Amino acid sequence: MNADGWSPYILSLVTFAPLTGALLLILFPRRDRDIRIFSLVIALLTFVLSLHLPVYFHRGLAGFQYQIDKSWISSPNIHYHMAIDGISLWLVLLTTFLTPLCVLISWKSVHDRVKEFFIILLILETALIGVFTSLDLFLFYFFWEATLIPMALLIGMFGHERRVYAAIKFFLYTMIASVFMLVAVLWLYANTGSFDFVVIRDRITAGAVPGFPAAAQWLFLGFFLAFAVKVPLFPFHTWLPDAHVEAPTAGSVLLAGVLLKMGTYGMLRFNLGLFPEAARRNAPWIMVLALIGIIYGALVALVQPNMKKLIAYSSISHLGFVVLGIFSFTQAGLNGAMFVMLAHGVSTGALFMLAGLLHDRRHTYEISEFGGLATTMPVYAATFLFIVLASVGLPLLNGFVGEFLVLSGAFQANAWYGVLGATGVIWSAGYLLWMYQRVFYGKVTHEVNNSLPDLSGFERLAVWPCAAAALVMGVAPILWLGAIDPAVQAALAPIPQVISKVVGQ
Amino acid sequence: MTSVVAIPAALLQSIPQSEDYIRILPELVLSGFGIVIMLLEPLMDEQKSQKLLGLIAELGALAGIAATWIMSRSPGLAFSNMVKVDDFSIFFHYLVISIAAVIILISYEYMGVQRIRAGEYYALILLGTVGMALMSSAVELVLIFVALEISSISSYILAGFRRHEASSSESSLKYFLLGSFATAFFLYGVALMFGATGSTNIDIISQKLQAGPANLLVYVAVAFMFVGLGFKVAAAPFHIWTPDVYEGAPAPIVGFMSTAPKAAAFAVLLRVVFAINAPGRFWLIWVSAALSMTLGNVGALVQNNVKRLLAYSSIAHAGYLLVAFAMLTPQDSTNGVSAAMFYTAAYAAMNVGAFAVVSHFANAGERYVTLEDYQGLGRTSPLLAAALTIFLLSLIGIPMTGGFFAKFYVFSAALKANLVWLAIIGFLNSAIGAYYYLRIIVMMYMRESRRDVPVTPVPLGLGIALASTVVVTLYLGILPNGVLQFTRQSAREIVQQPVAPPSAANGVLLAPF
Repeated sequence: MNADGWSPYILSLVTFAPLTGALLLILFPRRDRDIRIFSLVIALLTFVLSLHLPVYFHRGLAGFQYQIDKSWISSPNIHYHMAIDGISLWLVLLTTFLTPLCVLISWKSVHDRVKEFFIILLILETALIGVFTSLDLFLFYFFWEATLIPMALLIGMFGHERRVYAAIKFFLYTMIASVFMLVAVLWLYANTGSFDFVVIRDRITAGAVPGFPAAAQWLFLGFFLAFAVKVPLFPFHTWLPDAHVEAPTAGSVLLAGVLLKMGTYGMLRFNLGLFPEAARRNAPWIMVLALIGIIYGALVALVQPNMKKLIAYSSISHLGFVVLGIFSFTQAGLNGAMFVMLAHGVSTGALFMLAGLLHDRRHTYEISEFGGLATTMPVYAATFLFIVLASVGLPLLNGFVGEFLVLSGAFQANAWYGVLGATGVIWSAGYLLWMYQRVFYGKVTHEVNNSLPDLSGFERLAVWPCAAAALVMGVAPILWLGAIDPAVQAALAPIPQVISKVVGQ
Repeated sequence: MTSVVAIPAALLQSIPQSEDYIRILPELVLSGFGIVIMLLEPLMDEQKSQKLLGLIAELGALAGIAATWIMSRSPGLAFSNMVKVDDFSIFFHYLVISIAAVIILISYEYMGVQRIRAGEYYALILLGTVGMALMSSAVELVLIFVALEISSISSYILAGFRRHEASSSESSLKYFLLGSFATAFFLYGVALMFGATGSTNIDIISQKLQAGPANLLVYVAVAFMFVGLGFKVAAAPFHIWTPDVYEGAPAPIVGFMSTAPKAAAFAVLLRVVFAINAPGRFWLIWVSAALSMTLGNVGALVQNNVKRLLAYSSIAHAGYLLVAFAMLTPQDSTNGVSAAMFYTAAYAAMNVGAFAVVSHFANAGERYVTLEDYQGLGRTSPLLAAALTIFLLSLIGIPMTGGFFAKFYVFSAALKANLVWLAIIGFLNSAIGAYYYLRIIVMMYMRESRRDVPVTPVPLGLGIALASTVVVTLYLGILPNGVLQFTRQSAREIVQQPVAPPSAANGVLLAPF
């Protein structure tokens, strides 16, 4: 499909480059500086390699590109099948974009067991990319589970006081949920003889899967539960605040930036792709849960005394938008959901970095410990404001585009969903700006805050790319949507009712 | 009773040929090495004997593997149809002898640290392995019983090898008393089976059972044999001995006991269950599998001693394995046998590996075996901790490890056979199981060491043992094809294919003659 000779291998290269780096790191002597530089080089190299993907991507096409499909294990019939479309393309990019920044942000803040930290971080990157690139359900399940261990280790080894509790909670919560997905995957395999997403989808569409109509609802729920816990959708969200508060900064960035998107990506790819009928049947209650998530997450964020917890709850609220968009089954809603995923990844990633920088300086996330920082750390304050505005959804920044699209999609589905969802935008402005006001404005209330250093060179290097991305995404969303739109259209195709609705407008 | 005229002919036929000896060559080689060690031991200086005898034992195990290769070139029946060399027995020969080889490597260092006199220890491992190997190739119930005894008696003694420890003697005695009781059950079952069918040869029994409806005796016989073997594989409700015995026995021996004799007992169970298509087994196995999984996992949750924890985990794994035995139709049974064989191999690799780490870390007198002792191991000994992590992840059943595909094959065989409830119980148990394995990982990586636990450098033997078990665990998780194909093929040979009429089955069985 692609003119250049790299195309079948580029995905494997991008996916396994960080893992190779991690394996090489094992052989490294424990010289922290070398290890940091090497990890940065690997992460940047992966990013550069991944830039190949959008550059040579055929934007008009809806199908999968950069395909590689080789038989791996004959029994069970597992293929090494990787490919991306407009949906997964940007999620891969998001991962490779955030990882070098994670390396930078951890440069100074991680000084114990540095080698282990970067090995785990790079392994995590491979697993995350693999989730978005694999089309074989088995391979997908493997990468899906593989993200768990490094993430739990990041939280448990490098986190704060209650890290072990948070790590175990995170691990068990998400692992038990994904067992249900495994059962559904095994059922599909038993009845289709294939793990291949495309093959299974075609069989289902052709009505060639015995017992499918009866089982569809259970299969849908099996997948959905695993994804809903990951997103996390209300009421499965309780692991998230703990995990975030205890995680080291890089862990939080990848957790909020990419890991949560695995859930929404899964809904989009598998719940909609494989079970369109069941998805439509279940959409009403899922959208209600999403709305509860949006409003509940925002309200809880409003009263958080802890900055990191506030950002964590804001993630629940933002991810609610994504789910709302997906299950609106409108072109606008799905485009918006995709865009919110990317925008949230960039801006919440940056927010976590900024919160982490404050923690590096003061070893606390309590909002009441700060105040008047705008005078002592002007550059930091300005950067923070920029990111907060992006997150709030100021037009011309990235948050606006996605939320606007999602809400317009939700309106098309049901006006009430749109109205209730729109309140979420107001809430988010409330909790973020109020937090900003308490931390940065007014007088300096604590003596120590007078002597806090402003953003260092390294820290600027880590945070400013996010700010730049937030601006570009806000000004020229078409660069992203151009690839997303055809893929989303294809995802919506099997949902007949919606097509007529879109056409009818 | 044969007539007077027929005696010479029968005698002539029963005189063993050279082929017969080749078909038990691994057993002969292992016994030879075992006896040599026994003979050398008193002649040598106690201080120096340890290294040399260990080396001889290791060579013996490797020679046993080579002998298995030679054996595998001449499949067929031997010794008046008592021994059968087929893919199934070749598989288990390789498996148990490899386990013995790795255990000897692990013991090499352990013996020195624990100051245990070496000689008979290595000999007993080799001789026990003879019994286990023979269990997998014997197709005659009395011979199976003899092999079972050879394997059990050496395990009883090995369990008590930490002589100065009361717990070790307790372990040995407990194992011996309960074990003999269980073997008696097995023997009783054999006797009843003989009463019901007039034969102790598995092939003949199978034909007899095929011919007509089974009478009550057969059901009782199957149940008794299952009790005996259930004890050996530590399946609930015959599992009570396991935690105490494992806690007291020397750590490398626990690694051995929890894999090799178990694999051999599972091999016998596979033969008994599937080759004779044992009637009335379904609920027996169903209940035992469900109980083992649940009791094993729940019991492991509250353990604080790593050896006890792994003992309960081995009960749970016996339960997962038994799920594969609950199949009824030939198609499902083939899947089941193949899954069970794969499981024993994967379980052997990961469990022996885990015990390798445990026995090295336990140090003199096995002082460091509680979960607290593992705190901070990730920092003090990163490679040891990483290896143990891989084994534990495999025991959990994380993809890309042998443990995943082992569970995967068993549960997909169960789902294909419509054993949905058993599969669901299995899935739930896997989730419970994840917790206690994770606890060890958490201890190693997320807690700081509180006690002063000495960490000694990893010696060469242990290093080789760890590397090989890690490689096998990952190999089975990434490229399971080769092993799986082999187990499939052997499964097809074991399981009775009903389409073939009895006469054709006869032809196949007698073909080598």
